[in-house]
Amino acid sequence: MNIPNELFYTKTHEWAKKIGPREAVVGITDYAQKQLKDIVFVELPSIGKEVKMGAPCAVVESVKAAYDIYSPLSGKVTKINQKVQEEPQLVNEDPYGEGWFFHMEISDPNEFNKLLNPGQYETGAGFEH
Amino acid sequence: MKKTPLYDTHLKLNGTMVSFHDYSMPLHYSSIINEHLCVRENAGLFDVSHMGRFEISGDKALPFIQHVITNNVVRLADKQALYTPLCNEQGGIIDDILVYKWHDKSLMLVVNCGNREKDFLWLQKQATNYQPLEMKDVTDYVSLISFQGPLSCRMLEATLSYKLDHLRRFSFDNFLWNDTRIVISRTGYTGEDGFEIFVNAKQAVKLWDLLLEKNKQNGLNPIGLGARDTLRLEACLLLYGNDMDETITPLETIIGWTVKFDKGDFIGREALSRQKEKGIGRKMVGFEMTDRGIPRHGYPVLKGNESVGKVTSGSFSPSTHKNVGLCFIKTQYAKTGEAFQIQIRNNNYNARVVKIPFYRSIKKEGK
Repeated sequence: MNIPNELFYTKTHEWAKKIGPREAVVGITDYAQKQLKDIVFVELPSIGKEVKMGAPCAVVESVKAAYDIYSPLSGKVTKINQKVQEEPQLVNEDPYGEGWFFHMEISDPNEFNKLLNPGQYETGAGFEH
Repeated sequence: MKKTPLYDTHLKLNGTMVSFHDYSMPLHYSSIINEHLCVRENAGLFDVSHMGRFEISGDKALPFIQHVITNNVVRLADKQALYTPLCNEQGGIIDDILVYKWHDKSLMLVVNCGNREKDFLWLQKQATNYQPLEMKDVTDYVSLISFQGPLSCRMLEATLSYKLDHLRRFSFDNFLWNDTRIVISRTGYTGEDGFEIFVNAKQAVKLWDLLLEKNKQNGLNPIGLGARDTLRLEACLLLYGNDMDETITPLETIIGWTVKFDKGDFIGREALSRQKEKGIGRKMVGFEMTDRGIPRHGYPVLKGNESVGKVTSGSFSPSTHKNVGLCFIKTQYAKTGEAFQIQIRNNNYNARVVKIPFYRSIKKEGK
């Protein structure tokens, strides 16, 4: 399982990367893309949208079904990955790189403390097989 | 949870198992898209042993089947199969099935997994005037392996040393394999040339392994239910429970051609001719999304603010790279090119009626 060290994680398999004092990038984990397989559609929030930690903020669809993606942090969406909407397979190919979902301005940096670190994610996320 | 005789084989092949009408079946082994394209380009092997199989025999077996189906089985030659709905008195679709006619006194039905018990009871109830009639559910004793794709004929001939040219589309015959009788039928649910093989349940694993082993280096792969669904949707073959149920008549769908009013009496005939005379309020059409978004079963179909129908099936189509579906729409809008909207998660996205099927195989069967 690919779980990069510099990221924060949720139990629902999203990741967040801190790229400034109040700015983060959000995506879904390698485990999530492997579970979903064949991602054929990504619906991202519009720029300016307020998102809340733990609340649905995006949708990914595999061939079979649609799944909600939950925001790892609270704040406002500042930039979205247009490319991933046009080429959803980028999420499968590069979930931590080109497959990112959106940038956000975070309203409470303390929320990072509530997220899982890589070790906690690996042991505590309850991967089902 | 029920298992087919190939259950352990699916696990060995790393199948992701899901529950399907109480059977544990493989959703996919590698990925739905890979498996889908494999069937379109080479060939694929499916375990469809979950489908129900009935054997019906008796002096009046043929008139009995003719009475309960809307299509015309009497015009069939021996060893030919026929696709048909089974309707209730109101013309609603109880199931869509394949009828295999050995001869006038012996027929076989393949029915949907989820309708097996319902169909069997329904048929028994209709059989009183056709006695003596023997009806057996042989699902648990006979396995069904589907071998589909442009290379399926060549592969099957080479592996089992048969000549299959004489077997035209919707024909079937007996063959001897490994000292047991198997039945091979040139039918399928993918829009490709292909075969369905009925084999004694005890021999199913052996036959599956042989077919896969001999042909995997030429591109044969096992295929799960996920790709089975996308393949059948591209070919516009209907799925019971999604595209049809007892509140839907064949005339409203795209299988109106299976209702043969000129064949004499049959169950549902009166209601269906009344519906035909009165005019049909809604029609099933094929559509593609012109906006982004994937249509799914149950999504509302809109024309401006007016609700005009519902999606029955929808998916990303791996062969056309479009998002396509089947839906019911008010008859006045059921014409090619008509633009309408699909409501997806409370937003409306544009779609338009297109000609069906969405995908047509370039290479049809050899003969």
